[in-house]
Amino acid sequence: MKVTLRVWRQKDSQSAGQFEEYDADGLNPNMSFLEMLDVVNETLTEKGDEPIAFAHDCREGICGTCSCMIDGKPHGPESGVTTCQTYMRSFKDGDVITVEPFRGSAFPVQRDLITDRDAFEKIMQAGGFITARAGSCQDANALPIAKDVADLAMDAASCVGCGACVAACKNSSAMLFVSAKAGQLNLLPQGQPEKDSRVLNMVAAMDEAGFGNCTNQYECSAACPKLISEEFISKLNRDYLVASVKGLFESKAL
Amino acid sequence: MNIFHVLFKSSIGKKVIMALTGIILFGFVIGHLTGNLQIFSHPDKINAYAHFLESLGPALWAIRLFLLAVVVLHIWFAAQLTLENRRARPVGYDKQITLRATLGSRYMRYSGVVVLAFIVYHILHFTVRMTHGPEAYPMTILADGAAVRDVHSMMVLGFQNPLLSVFYLISVGLLSWHLNHGLVSMFQSLGLRTRVWTGALEKVVAAICILYFLGNAAIVVGVMSGQVRIQNPQVAGYACRTNCEICGARTAEAITESAETSEDNQS
Repeated sequence: MKVTLRVWRQKDSQSAGQFEEYDADGLNPNMSFLEMLDVVNETLTEKGDEPIAFAHDCREGICGTCSCMIDGKPHGPESGVTTCQTYMRSFKDGDVITVEPFRGSAFPVQRDLITDRDAFEKIMQAGGFITARAGSCQDANALPIAKDVADLAMDAASCVGCGACVAACKNSSAMLFVSAKAGQLNLLPQGQPEKDSRVLNMVAAMDEAGFGNCTNQYECSAACPKLISEEFISKLNRDYLVASVKGLFESKAL
Repeated sequence: MNIFHVLFKSSIGKKVIMALTGIILFGFVIGHLTGNLQIFSHPDKINAYAHFLESLGPALWAIRLFLLAVVVLHIWFAAQLTLENRRARPVGYDKQITLRATLGSRYMRYSGVVVLAFIVYHILHFTVRMTHGPEAYPMTILADGAAVRDVHSMMVLGFQNPLLSVFYLISVGLLSWHLNHGLVSMFQSLGLRTRVWTGALEKVVAAICILYFLGNAAIVVGVMSGQVRIQNPQVAGYACRTNCEICGARTAEAITESAETSEDNQS
């Protein structure tokens, strides 16, 4: 099959970018979108042109590195998959496909299709962790967790931190990401000691990074390759409010 | 962390303020509609109700100032959130498709601005009473002879103007649309929306919004169809021969007399 790509080309974070058109010919419909880009890049390299820079790593949908806005939707037309799991059979022969980097003030474009998602790391540093006893492993099942709680926490934990939620949100809000990361730990007993400080600090880091505000339209959840529910955003709001009110009445050590 | 910082500075806090002010304003419009629906009963009913509200004096002003503060907060934070959201994506996409955002949720700003314009006109029309000449603001008497503002006739006169009726219908229609997203959003912003009852919540909210619109539209239909008509003889231009307890009409003489007596009493 044959498609025409309209790709955003930008030399570095300082330069202005523009769209360039490339013909991708002789494609196998069972190629992944990234493999198609590899083929295009090979031709570009043979011609002596600069290949299209795109982020990728595991190519099996679990690392969250690949990040492209494909025809107006993060990760392409299919639902619940990452860019690397999007196959050319999802497109028609002769299609013109627009490929853009994820955009947002908190997500500056580094080069071509690569966005700097360091802001997510800052949010994780603010509270995306637990304090645990280091050393030898605990006995299995020493800490009972109800099945429904474990399942719900697993739903949140499936977040790969790709940033599709931010990319899809018209406000570049990172609420789905933060709610998944905070929600996962807040649901489990291991996350309880830092529960309140976690939500307060992660939301503060999110606000500081320059993400927008949630307008409850849930484009994030629809674009999420792991289909994480916006219910976690509701939980984050609840945990944040409870933590704030509790903070008012908490005794503090001298 | 300071609670004021949480409410007024953090992204979630601002949404909470939108939700809380939204609930108060929702309560107000429902109360306002309930009051207005009295137009379908005897004119004395709504006239006495309006007279009661006006006679609250300082309490009325306290309520007015409270509602004004709530409206200002709602708009102020909406504007602030919108500006922040624009700053969060200075460079947009060449192509972006909408996945599941409802139409109403995408036009909250526009529906809100039209409703604001309507509220401003509405207050100038009926509270400040400066959009029309004195003939649009008649007086009448209640059954006990008290001279009061004839709110019943004021409303009917207002809706007899097709332009105002259309503006009114568009505004309450957009307000219902605004509420359809706003009411569900309140639960999300306060952390009370869960998957278990989202479906039911959305249906109940949609039903409330449709009923709210129909309730308001019923008044327009009532006036346009002649079901609700002016019963103040001084305004209607005809005089009943007797005071009528059925239609609520009073003789022109009775109204003039009562107005004079109440003036005498005041002086």
